[in-house]
Amino acid sequence: MSAAVSRIREPLIFGNKNYHQITEDLIGPTEKAPNRMWIIAFTLSVMTLGYGIFALCWTFYFGIGTWNANRTIGWAYDITNFVWWIGIGHAGTLISAILLLFRQRWRTGVNRAAEAMTIFAVMCAGLFPATHTGRPWFDFFMFPYPNTRGPLWVNFNSPLLWDLFAISTYFTVSLLFWYTGLVPDLASVRDRAKGVRKKLYAFFSMGWTGKAKHWQRHEYLSLILAGISTPLVLSVHTIVSFDFATSVIPGWHTTIFPPYFVAGAIFSGFAMVQTLMIITRKCFGLEGYITTNHIESMNKVILVTGTMVGSAYLIELFVAWYSGYIYEQFAFYNRVLGPYYWAYIGMMACNLLSPQVYWSKKIRRSVWWTFFISIFVNIGMWFERFVIIATTLARDYLPSSWSYYWPSWVEIAIYLGTFGLFFTLYLVFARVAPVVAAAEVKAILKQYGDQYLGPDAKPQPHHHHSDETEDVESDGHHH
Amino acid sequence: MKGQHKEVLFGLYDDEVVLMNAIKKAKKQHLDIMDVYSPFPIHGLDTVLELEESRLHVVGFVFGMLGTLTALIGMSWIFGGSLLFEGDWPTNFGGKPYWSLPAFVPIIFELTVLFCAIGMTVVFYIICGLGFGVNNPVLDDRITDDKFCLAFQTNNMDSSSVDNLKGFFKATGAEEVHSRTI
Repeated sequence: MSAAVSRIREPLIFGNKNYHQITEDLIGPTEKAPNRMWIIAFTLSVMTLGYGIFALCWTFYFGIGTWNANRTIGWAYDITNFVWWIGIGHAGTLISAILLLFRQRWRTGVNRAAEAMTIFAVMCAGLFPATHTGRPWFDFFMFPYPNTRGPLWVNFNSPLLWDLFAISTYFTVSLLFWYTGLVPDLASVRDRAKGVRKKLYAFFSMGWTGKAKHWQRHEYLSLILAGISTPLVLSVHTIVSFDFATSVIPGWHTTIFPPYFVAGAIFSGFAMVQTLMIITRKCFGLEGYITTNHIESMNKVILVTGTMVGSAYLIELFVAWYSGYIYEQFAFYNRVLGPYYWAYIGMMACNLLSPQVYWSKKIRRSVWWTFFISIFVNIGMWFERFVIIATTLARDYLPSSWSYYWPSWVEIAIYLGTFGLFFTLYLVFARVAPVVAAAEVKAILKQYGDQYLGPDAKPQPHHHHSDETEDVESDGHHH
Repeated sequence: MKGQHKEVLFGLYDDEVVLMNAIKKAKKQHLDIMDVYSPFPIHGLDTVLELEESRLHVVGFVFGMLGTLTALIGMSWIFGGSLLFEGDWPTNFGGKPYWSLPAFVPIIFELTVLFCAIGMTVVFYIICGLGFGVNNPVLDDRITDDKFCLAFQTNNMDSSSVDNLKGFFKATGAEEVHSRTI
């Protein structure tokens, strides 16, 4: 347990940390007054959020007519943004669930923030379809409940309803998973706090004391939640893609959509995690916990999923040609060379080409490259959804109804507002809760700390406290 | 036990390996361990403490099945068309069968996951006695930081037994020994 494991494998925790130092580094930032950077960022976020709320009120007062969506392009900016945010919300659960099942220990450095990001991104996403209904105060009609209208039930055969169930479930399960993981760390904050803060954290840490039995159950719960979240994550974007794939619109009606959407979601989700984590580690001085090793691992995921998405684009083009079906062929001709050719170029350049630089280990491990590529990827993924949605609808079966779409100021303001919401929530979260899962990092310290692993590993002293210790150690010590 | 004061003698260790050895030794000496507290889950601790395997997965399964059945029976009852249900309000969607099972699969799956997750999490908090606003006594503030705690209950214990336990803590490498009434 305490001996050096390997000098070749890379450590995940740098700086010769001990347990107390981890607490200081990770719990400490919640105890200090916010710095100027945070205050500026928070003010900007709240202002952007306010602008978004203003635009939402404008929409509710004057109606959906204030948007540029029209009869031809009924799904436009809002559904693009919805799918984009949902995609971003996929990295958190992927990191916390799938990587937990695969025993990828590097997840401990980034899972907390990535899960928080997931929850906030899903909140931003949910706003768009809820608003697009036009009369959001009737949105509860979407839920099946015994009502006085017949009772008139919702259409359980519709992918839009599946989507409602998928996203509500995803949000709830992610929230439970995230909060359950957070409870022991909130207890750490509580035990260091005084006065009102102590009372507040005592309330939110639910009376956690770190009992052996509780930890055992906690581990079980996390493992099973991870087990059920893994197919859940895959199902959510699959169902989002069904919104399109089950329609009869050429360019949407394809069986490749589910895997391609899921790959794209993971791709954009990891890119957003990179963007946020690079800023977070810098601001909180967490370079010892979110290391270049973590960044490289995530860049590998971005490279793989980016290439998958890129191949899907090329396969789509091939299949359109190979199908011999003129409407399908036209849809793709229109995507590449039609009025929105610029969006297609943006999508191809950002999604297929830009991550290819990650074949180079040097670039994979460069913070600056990672930061810029992660932004490119998210721009590219936005273009992808725009290409699929608006470009396809702009040229439908009847040339007389062809149209061109450009968002109105209201739509742009609502989109900006979701950024405001996202960053406001993230900044608040980073102030009140540890952004790295302290208990989980402590649990892997003796396997992945740089004093135990890698080129700087030191031989560890053995603990001899009595003559009998050794005799006890020999039986059933299985590490 | 609610309403009953516990006198607790506990030792704080600096390292989980030392703690594990102490527990093994206590087990050998047939000492009655009240509880062990740690800042993070220690691998293999449940085996050493001889804790029973958690049955949370059974809870998860039961709630998951409940979700599956809720979705399946709910949709079948609403749409009818099957042998079991006449249908509360059968609606014709594009001439498809009323009871179109494949189209029900996504919602059945989602509700299975949703029920399983909520049920298991709620049961976890209930059986652990945890919840918003619960204030469980904390033996030492550093247990959620870097101390590993082994605790014995000393109610009705004579002073020689208590001294014996103190000696045990010293022999097994505890950094500090305290007693508290909780």
